[in-house]
Amino acid sequence: MLARYIIRRILQLVPVLILVSIAVFLIIRIIPGDPVLVMLGIDAEERVRISEEQYRVLQHQLGFDRPIVIQYLNWMDRIVRGDLGISLGSRRPIFEILLERYPATIYLAVAALLTGLVIAIPTGVIAAIRQNKPADYAAMGFALWGIAMPNFWLALMLIVLFSLKLGWLPSIGYASPLDNPLLFLQHVFLPAIVMGTDLAAPLTRYIRAEMLEQLKQDYVRTAWAKGLPPRMVIIKHAFKNSLIAAVTVVGLQTARLLGGSTIVETVFSWPGVGRLLIEGIYARDYPIVQGAVLLIAVTYVFINLIVDIVYKWLDPRIKLD
Amino acid sequence: MKQEALPRAWSAAGAVNSRISRFLDVCRVIARNRLALLGLVIVSIGLFTAVFAPFLATHDPYEIDIPNRLKSPGGENWLGTDFLGRDTFTRIVYGARTAFQVAIGAVFIGAVFGIPLGAIAGFSGRWIDSAISRVMDAIMAFPGRLLAIALVASMGGGLFSLYIALGVNSIPSYARIVRGVVLSQKEREYVEAARMTGESDFRILFFQVLPNCLSPLLVRLSLDFGNAILAESSLSFLGLGLPPPTPSWGLMLKEVTPFLQLQPMAAFFPGLTISLIILGFNLLGDGLRDVFDPRQYER
Repeated sequence: MLARYIIRRILQLVPVLILVSIAVFLIIRIIPGDPVLVMLGIDAEERVRISEEQYRVLQHQLGFDRPIVIQYLNWMDRIVRGDLGISLGSRRPIFEILLERYPATIYLAVAALLTGLVIAIPTGVIAAIRQNKPADYAAMGFALWGIAMPNFWLALMLIVLFSLKLGWLPSIGYASPLDNPLLFLQHVFLPAIVMGTDLAAPLTRYIRAEMLEQLKQDYVRTAWAKGLPPRMVIIKHAFKNSLIAAVTVVGLQTARLLGGSTIVETVFSWPGVGRLLIEGIYARDYPIVQGAVLLIAVTYVFINLIVDIVYKWLDPRIKLD
Repeated sequence: MKQEALPRAWSAAGAVNSRISRFLDVCRVIARNRLALLGLVIVSIGLFTAVFAPFLATHDPYEIDIPNRLKSPGGENWLGTDFLGRDTFTRIVYGARTAFQVAIGAVFIGAVFGIPLGAIAGFSGRWIDSAISRVMDAIMAFPGRLLAIALVASMGGGLFSLYIALGVNSIPSYARIVRGVVLSQKEREYVEAARMTGESDFRILFFQVLPNCLSPLLVRLSLDFGNAILAESSLSFLGLGLPPPTPSWGLMLKEVTPFLQLQPMAAFFPGLTISLIILGFNLLGDGLRDVFDPRQYER
């Protein structure tokens, strides 16, 4: 049953991925000006120095003289084979650059996810147990403020406090967790807090709401009536069931984190795909922009797929269409 | 107290079918929900500031005063000055104008395209519904902020690009809401009755069915205003939004980032303003949801 669901869900992914690839393909086409010059990073002054014949050769080499559908199919063919083109700046294959940058983004996302869970789970549970008491108000205040607060502002304020005033943590930089775990932890702390808050704020609200829902259920009442200790009732019964519903929110928020990591990576000079995207935009290196957008979007689509599957696996009663 | 107010709001809408009395009921329910009221007050202050910026500002938002750069809050400059000596309070006041301008444009584009698309998808069904829904899925397959960044990168910065980039992002949310409501309404008796009186599909859809979407759309609009302001700030902070010297809250933060050590307060106030205005829209949106969706009361 689950296998059939997974296959169906993967098949559903195909049209979405095709549409995503069309959108990424069109990024270059909507840039004002000639796409040949855009792809080669040539400005108007340099264009004058290229003869008409040379231009046509370049246009042919890039395939821009063919109908747009053929251009798309050729582009897709190359993408599927892992050829994302060459960076205009470094002249290196984009696939290689993305492979270099991707782990940093994933490490940060994992660190942010863990931080978010560490903040949200106890806060949400305590808020539900202490409903309408000061602890609940404090937790909901945190959640509302956390959702409203722009992550780049939180990042700047944390840098001011922990890096500039107290000097406890570095404000920029990166070390791979495989090479130097301790240094990695020092560098990842602030960005993980910033992205973790992004995740924790809506998640806290969700866990609280789910816990309140579960605490009202008959099976919880039965558990109390049986005389089970409070910890057992709350953690083993109510919390466990709340968590199933929370998986979707966690997954969707984590996928969203990847999209929003561009800003956090930029503020903290974190060498991930998000920062690569912004660097590409600043340098007008459009093949890089295309590659980075495609990678982040595809990651996002696959995380959503995994979330759906995990959700279905955890709770088979749920019908997802 | 909330639970008492709700049936009145719904009964007023359903039985009397008087829009004015329903509006008054909505106001009453919001007035009783303290958080929603706080949201409304914050949003109103923001809107008032945007409209009357020239009267509220204490300085010229573009006036450079290098000797007075990065001043602490107090004295003539209530919230201090930025790296060019421009008055922070004045630029925040004018920034409200920019924020609301971008948000109104983005929400307008999202609604103008999203509402008819959703309505057509829901009403037509079959392949039209499938085609529109797949395109909406593709837009939603992008993390929102990433799509905005990609579009702004392609089209270049500026107000028009921001309208498009942020508007495109919100098209699917409007389309989905409207499609859902239209699907649930199109088999109802009143639609059948309208058909039998010979009304055209267009009239039935836009004058009979669509008014039913008003409540969820209002909630969405409130949340989207906040989202658009946050997205504009984020893009401007990345240097992809409005060009300097436009007074934009995100741009103000970007410009003072290199001077954090010298004057952290120059970054504190613009960020606080963004947080407050988004909090306002979110509280108002949550409040409106409480009014329109009785199930939320259970939680």
